[in-house]
Amino acid sequence: MINAVPLSYYLIVSAALFVMGILGVLLRRNPLIIFMSIELMLNAANLAFLAFSRSFNVLTGQIFVFFVMTVAAAEVAVGLALIVIIFRTKHSINVDLMNSLKG
Amino acid sequence: MNLTLILFIVLAAVAVLSALGLLVSRSAIYAALFLVLNFATVAVFYLLLGAPFIAIVQVTVYAGAIMVLFLFVIMLLGAEKLPRAEGLPWQRPLAIGLAAILLVEALYLLLGRLQLSASLGNPSSAANSTDALAELGRTLFSQYLLPFEVTSILLLVAMIGAIVLTKKEKGEAQ
Repeated sequence: MINAVPLSYYLIVSAALFVMGILGVLLRRNPLIIFMSIELMLNAANLAFLAFSRSFNVLTGQIFVFFVMTVAAAEVAVGLALIVIIFRTKHSINVDLMNSLKG
Repeated sequence: MNLTLILFIVLAAVAVLSALGLLVSRSAIYAALFLVLNFATVAVFYLLLGAPFIAIVQVTVYAGAIMVLFLFVIMLLGAEKLPRAEGLPWQRPLAIGLAAILLVEALYLLLGRLQLSASLGNPSSAANSTDALAELGRTLFSQYLLPFEVTSILLLVAMIGAIVLTKKEKGEAQ
């Protein structure tokens, strides 16, 4: 009853979400939206992790998803701090303006 | 066609459409709210996959903490709408083409090795979710204790890093 959905369906959804994250990174110019797309890709990978974990009936996948979530939280904290800094120095966060290493 | 499959298909449609919304919405606030919707549907996927703990963490950490942080920064910077920058003319078709190729590759690699009808594993272990939860905690604190501790150090470093990054600039400005 619980297992009515085949593993491949989850993988298709995961791949679709991942590709949309890629498209967001490639197409958008707002670094905040690029950041959100990266979160979307991490999420798609987590979904694949859990689907395989369920499919092979091991718990390791859930633990790795847990680690991925913690790393994502750390990444968001530092990344958003960087975006705030860039906004303070350049008064804009358009990625096209970020072309020099000396702020 | 049973109830779980119908639920899955509806949720998959919501997840993919909200990801598309993130992709095309002009305003960063709308994009963030679409992403919250996406995280919520993915949390229901996690419940369907027999991972209630991960689903709860997804809602509290991702849809709660991380997205609130995003919304806070968007409103702090007033970056809801950026002026439309004209990108390189060939960038958009090239990106869409490359993404389509990647999608085909990923589906081929993920599904080519599996029988398309391969069903998920035996539910007996996950049916009793409290047992699965206890087992998860036991594995996390025995076999994966070192990665767990390293993760806590990583979080500490990220916290200090964020504080130092945002504070230094203020000191220079004064």
